[in-house]
Amino acid sequence: MVNERITDSTTKNATNDNEVISIQNFNFFYGPTQALFNIDLSVNQHTVMALIGPSGCGKSTLLRSINRMNDLIDGAYVQGKVMVNGIDIYDKSCDVIELRRNIGMVFQKSNPFPKSIFENVCYGLRIAGITDKEFIEQSVEQSLRDAGLWDEVKDRLRENAMGLSGGQQQRLCIARALCVKPQILLMDEPCSALDPIATTKIEELIFNLKKSYTIIIVTHNMQQAARVSDFTSFFWLGKLIEVGKTEKIFTNPSIKITEDYISGRFG
Amino acid sequence: MIQNLKSYLRYGSPFIWLSGAFLSIALMMIAGLILFISKEGLRAFWPSPIAQVELNDGSKVLGILTDYESATANDTAKYQFRVGNRDLNGLDFRWIEATSIKSILYPKDIVLVEREEYGYLIGRFESLVTRDLQEPIVNNRIPHSVISKTEQLRSQINEIRKTKIGKINQKVEANRLTLKSKIDETTRRHITEENLLLESEYRVLSTQLDQLETSANQASVQVRIDDGRAMDLKIRYIVRYFEPNNLNLWGKSLIFFSRINEFLSSQPRESNTEGGVFPAIFGTVLMVLIMSILVVPLGVIAAIYLKEYARNNLLTRSIRIAVNNLAGVPSIVFGVFGLGFFVYGIGGSIDQLFYSNALPAPTFGTGGILWASLTLALLTIPVVIVATEESIAAIPRSQREASLALGSTKWQTITHIVLPGSAPGILTGFILAMARGAGEVAPLMITGVVKLAPSLPIDSTWPFFHLDRKFMHLGFHIFDVGFQSPNSEAAKPMVFMTALLLVLIVISLNLAALILRKRARKNLGGSTF
Repeated sequence: MVNERITDSTTKNATNDNEVISIQNFNFFYGPTQALFNIDLSVNQHTVMALIGPSGCGKSTLLRSINRMNDLIDGAYVQGKVMVNGIDIYDKSCDVIELRRNIGMVFQKSNPFPKSIFENVCYGLRIAGITDKEFIEQSVEQSLRDAGLWDEVKDRLRENAMGLSGGQQQRLCIARALCVKPQILLMDEPCSALDPIATTKIEELIFNLKKSYTIIIVTHNMQQAARVSDFTSFFWLGKLIEVGKTEKIFTNPSIKITEDYISGRFG
Repeated sequence: MIQNLKSYLRYGSPFIWLSGAFLSIALMMIAGLILFISKEGLRAFWPSPIAQVELNDGSKVLGILTDYESATANDTAKYQFRVGNRDLNGLDFRWIEATSIKSILYPKDIVLVEREEYGYLIGRFESLVTRDLQEPIVNNRIPHSVISKTEQLRSQINEIRKTKIGKINQKVEANRLTLKSKIDETTRRHITEENLLLESEYRVLSTQLDQLETSANQASVQVRIDDGRAMDLKIRYIVRYFEPNNLNLWGKSLIFFSRINEFLSSQPRESNTEGGVFPAIFGTVLMVLIMSILVVPLGVIAAIYLKEYARNNLLTRSIRIAVNNLAGVPSIVFGVFGLGFFVYGIGGSIDQLFYSNALPAPTFGTGGILWASLTLALLTIPVVIVATEESIAAIPRSQREASLALGSTKWQTITHIVLPGSAPGILTGFILAMARGAGEVAPLMITGVVKLAPSLPIDSTWPFFHLDRKFMHLGFHIFDVGFQSPNSEAAKPMVFMTALLLVLIVISLNLAALILRKRARKNLGGSTF
């Protein structure tokens, strides 16, 4: 199956200049179980890459490998390389804290801290040791504006974030991730728990954020992948089956199994 | 019919009723206990009328009716009276057979005197004797001028005895210790001279004291008691006197609150059976506070390591089991450990190192409030560790991940997310620890609690906190007054009141912690606890 993989020529050409993430021959193991097999994938600056595939195909695992969130799992280990800005993040010299600061993450289920809205957004800055009050306030406002939440919460920044609606909480989590000014944003099914209206808002947000961030999004929603992403990669049983421009994958996939999945014949 | 019964059982109605019944039984037991203790305790503070019992042989007995035993097969009905006058009768109580009673009257002119020594005096005031005059007393009322003058003398005596002579004693003791250590000849001579000076100062004070004592002893009241004898009551020993049969509701209430005030705020007297329990309240609260200050940080830090950093292997699991089992070890065992380890071990070493001049008299090498608090902290630490571990485990994984994904270290995640989130759980552990600690007596008895402590662990002399001092405790006070006192019958109300007070203190400490926990929960918003 791996041998059959076809990489879109446009992606390949772009790797030279503005490639941000380059995953090379990457294998991931949960103890004795191998979850990812020989993944090769690259993501360009200021583009949106969608990872699709049936449940358990390893797309979340790959996403969480990019900011080393899988370090928390006992017995997990990797082979191969994940290069971010040309640095191998699994090298011993890599500073995980610095890496995670540079790569924001939005989770499947919104997970605001039980603190005030303001404290949620500025958490990353406080953790980084920034104490300049004015800077923090400006950053919080900017992040909330970028996340499209400012107008809804500007009068109640000191209230507990747990009081927000589900969609607002998810946008708050995005604002929280944006506040530390990362270069890359990882989104793990950010809309799966939201209603259509909130989903639309988040999708618009992704579209706007693309101008200044590189985004990788895991989604189960085919339409969403088609709407928001520039590139799409299809995973199946821990293998990267096909990657290419989104239009191409959705209109004219090279591999039968991709077509079957996209057209809803399995998965 | 069967169908009905089946659906009845399916909805569980009988079990809902049963659980409700068990809950109400538990509540009733608690309420009943508190009501019983309060009734028995508070009743003694309410002034009861004094009966004048005329017996068939013509003699009269004055006393407060306290008990009645109805007739049995081989015994007639009997009344128990508290007759007081222990210095004359030898006993506080007297049983009188119902058949030998001719009449019971409640004359208004009988006085009840609460004295600093020998308990109640019941009788009638006859005359006032001072240095200059002897005059009859009308309406059982001692002139205010006499009382205030005695009061003045009394405070002067206290001032000299406790403050001035105390200071001299302190200096003499300090000098004695300095003389024992290696010092040069000039200093030695200097100190010896100072000692002579102190001695003469002491002699002056002691003469002064003698004079004051004599004049204070001069004012007295002649009292006629029930059997016709007259006795001399020194005014300086009067705590409170009133005519119980001549009081209206307002007057009785005044006496009631004055007695409660005395109970809460003054020193015990008459080997703890009378007076107040203030030192015991102070000791109990202080000990619980010191224990909390020690146990909470210790327990929380241990739990953090156990849950967050220690690997989940056999060793960690055994430690966890050991900690849980520690909670089941009898408290007296902790007491013995505290005595051996803290008092003799650490305390002994401290004495060797820092207080070697004072040896063989121990400073820290004997029971004290610090060692008692440490022993209790050890006793309650499992509760805090278990509660903290559980509340740390209840922090959602998603929140830790969110924190880590924002570039925080594990330690920052613990301090910013995990600990604030588990604060309510930690406070629950704290409440349980406090409740257990405040109620313990056995380990305290051998690590620092005494029947009567001469001074409080906090006072105005440097260094203000005297954590080496022995202290009094309400729990031990109950045991001592109720079961170790020569006059336990008269001290029964004292036992109940002390018990009530202990319960109230535990409740109010818990309430304070509950309010803290509620606030912590509010800060967490709609969180999971």
